[in-house]
Amino acid sequence: MTGPVRRTVVAHPQTMASLRRRGRPATGRKGGTPPTETGQDELDVLLLRILVRAQLSLALRLAAVFGCLLGGLPLLLASSHWVRHAKVLGMSLPWFLLGVVIYPLMLAGGLLYVRLAERNEQDYRDLVEGTR
Amino acid sequence: MNAGLTSAAIVVVVVATCTIGLWGMRLSRTTSDFLVASRTVSTAWNASAIGGEYLSAASFLGIAGLVMTYGVDMLWYPVGFVAGYLVLLLLVAAPLRRSGAYTLADFAETRLGSRSTRRLAGLLVVAIAWLYLLPQLQGAGLTLRTVTGAPRWAGAVIVAGVVIGNVLAGGMRSITFVQAFQYWLKMFAVGVPALVLLAVWHHDGSTSLTSAAFPTFRTATTVHIQSAVRLDVTAPQPVVVHGVVDNRRRDGEVLLTAGEHDVDKGATLDFPAGAAVPHADGVPRTTGEVWATPFGGDQGSHPLFRIYSLIFATFLGTMGLPHVLVRFYTNPDGRAARRTTVVVIGLLGAFYLFPAVFGALGRLYTPQLLLTGQTDAVVLLLPGAAIGGVAGEVVGAVVAAGAFAAFLSTSSGLVVSVAGVVAQDLLGGTVRSFRQGALLAGAVPLALTFAVPQLPVSEVVAMAFAVAASSFCPLLLLGIWWRGLTAPGAMAGLLVGGGTAVIAVSLRIAGYAPPGWPSALLAQPAAVTVPLAFATMVTVSLLSEHRAPADVTSVMMRMHAPELRAG
Repeated sequence: MTGPVRRTVVAHPQTMASLRRRGRPATGRKGGTPPTETGQDELDVLLLRILVRAQLSLALRLAAVFGCLLGGLPLLLASSHWVRHAKVLGMSLPWFLLGVVIYPLMLAGGLLYVRLAERNEQDYRDLVEGTR
Repeated sequence: MNAGLTSAAIVVVVVATCTIGLWGMRLSRTTSDFLVASRTVSTAWNASAIGGEYLSAASFLGIAGLVMTYGVDMLWYPVGFVAGYLVLLLLVAAPLRRSGAYTLADFAETRLGSRSTRRLAGLLVVAIAWLYLLPQLQGAGLTLRTVTGAPRWAGAVIVAGVVIGNVLAGGMRSITFVQAFQYWLKMFAVGVPALVLLAVWHHDGSTSLTSAAFPTFRTATTVHIQSAVRLDVTAPQPVVVHGVVDNRRRDGEVLLTAGEHDVDKGATLDFPAGAAVPHADGVPRTTGEVWATPFGGDQGSHPLFRIYSLIFATFLGTMGLPHVLVRFYTNPDGRAARRTTVVVIGLLGAFYLFPAVFGALGRLYTPQLLLTGQTDAVVLLLPGAAIGGVAGEVVGAVVAAGAFAAFLSTSSGLVVSVAGVVAQDLLGGTVRSFRQGALLAGAVPLALTFAVPQLPVSEVVAMAFAVAASSFCPLLLLGIWWRGLTAPGAMAGLLVGGGTAVIAVSLRIAGYAPPGWPSALLAQPAAVTVPLAFATMVTVSLLSEHRAPADVTSVMMRMHAPELRAG
């Protein structure tokens, strides 16, 4: 993991404008003001929707990549005589793919996801702090 | 195999499990300690514990057995077992932890605000857990009989007894320590022997495993028939028989003619070196070349459909397994849940490099398992057969100890999760009710072990995955990501998806195997039942829009909002 890097918030210009418009005074929730203003609640919901959408699209994109890689493999093995019989490092290619290569590949996918998902959350925190 | 040494190794594992469990008991004070280890388990402990809990009899024994019998296509089992965690990581881990629910039933209630959905989810948790416990206990029986000759019920009773006792004594906290210890024990018990076996194979001249020859006995081999078997003999073969063959008592040399022969329990057959191995009825007879090629041998009807269905079941079923989810609540927060899951993917991937080695070398050194049909025992018998001497006995004892660790850890996790559901939903959530739940959770599958016939352990475990994928996967994915899910929708989906999967699996366990498509569907139903469950949940939810829970916004916020303090 890299150190704390200041990240740029990317959102639709209208979203950013509305965030700035609805920004709450700097008292914050712990300052004693109960969260009566519906503006803040709506804002929280809006910000979170941005995060949920970002996390879902990240997860679905990675799932699609792995779905194509792993899901395409049986079809490839069933249809290609060459792949079924090819050799790598003295080992049959299907054994090499299914028995060895696939595991570090999945680990790499997992590491990448955690990194990107935590970055999305950091962006969200920055946004939340920026509006309070 | 040296029964004394192996028994000693098994006793060491059992005693170590109980000792660590008791150590944990001193730390268990409150109900919260019992249920979720007070949510303070670190990432490394938790990931090891998840790995230890997950690597069951199916992983430790079953994969090697399936690979030995059916070849390279069976590697989709371990791939799917790991890929399930990748899907879990991407779509479920952090929001589920943040939802604050402890069991799948809790999740259903928190998200949908419906007691009846909660009870239905609880029922499915118990059904899946019992389906998963059954092969663990049967595997324990097989193992103890293979290595010591003890009757089949002995292993099942020992494992059930130790697990129930341990859970009664310490609950979840002790189980976390036990599970973490057992991951590393299993890793050692499969990894080191696999490397030794590869070295032995290399030393023996690296005999090709993929030649165009059918399996033969390398050396003169005496085969003990432990349960009656029908053999398929392809060419006349003289053997020395002691026991009943084709309903006649024999003591001496017999010429087994080409065709089928029934051999009774208790018989021994002496094969000369170089003899072709007759295969048990139902074990496909393939050359090394065909065995090593994808879609090579006879794997029943519609092999491509079966593989895709297996992929559906394992990729999507992992998230719905009760003993997997319960473990996530011991993470301190959502971020830790994600990090733990990645470590788990690494730990499991490392483990699954090895079982295939046993399956492949088994065809060379223990081909008699193709004759007895008990290829699930290959991991246990291969070290003795390939290495020989004292070294072979020591390695064999290590492997048997690892196998017992596998039964103990997975069974513990399942018993804890069933006990959790029973305690919370039926008996009021006290420590006392948790203990009663644990007793019930272990006793029922133990009784079932005696009632149903033995199936390959990996196959039964894959059925539990199929049921989980057809019920809890849609509940979790739609519940976490779609605001429109309603209680009627969830219940309809659980009933239709889980119900059809349970029916298919029950027919299969009962031995119903019609030819063609129905057989493929019953063996691997997930490719049909999972989309069916999703479609039902979405359709009924859309039709019952007015029943959407009023607090859906705040529940969604809680699930998805990251903890504000960055760690």
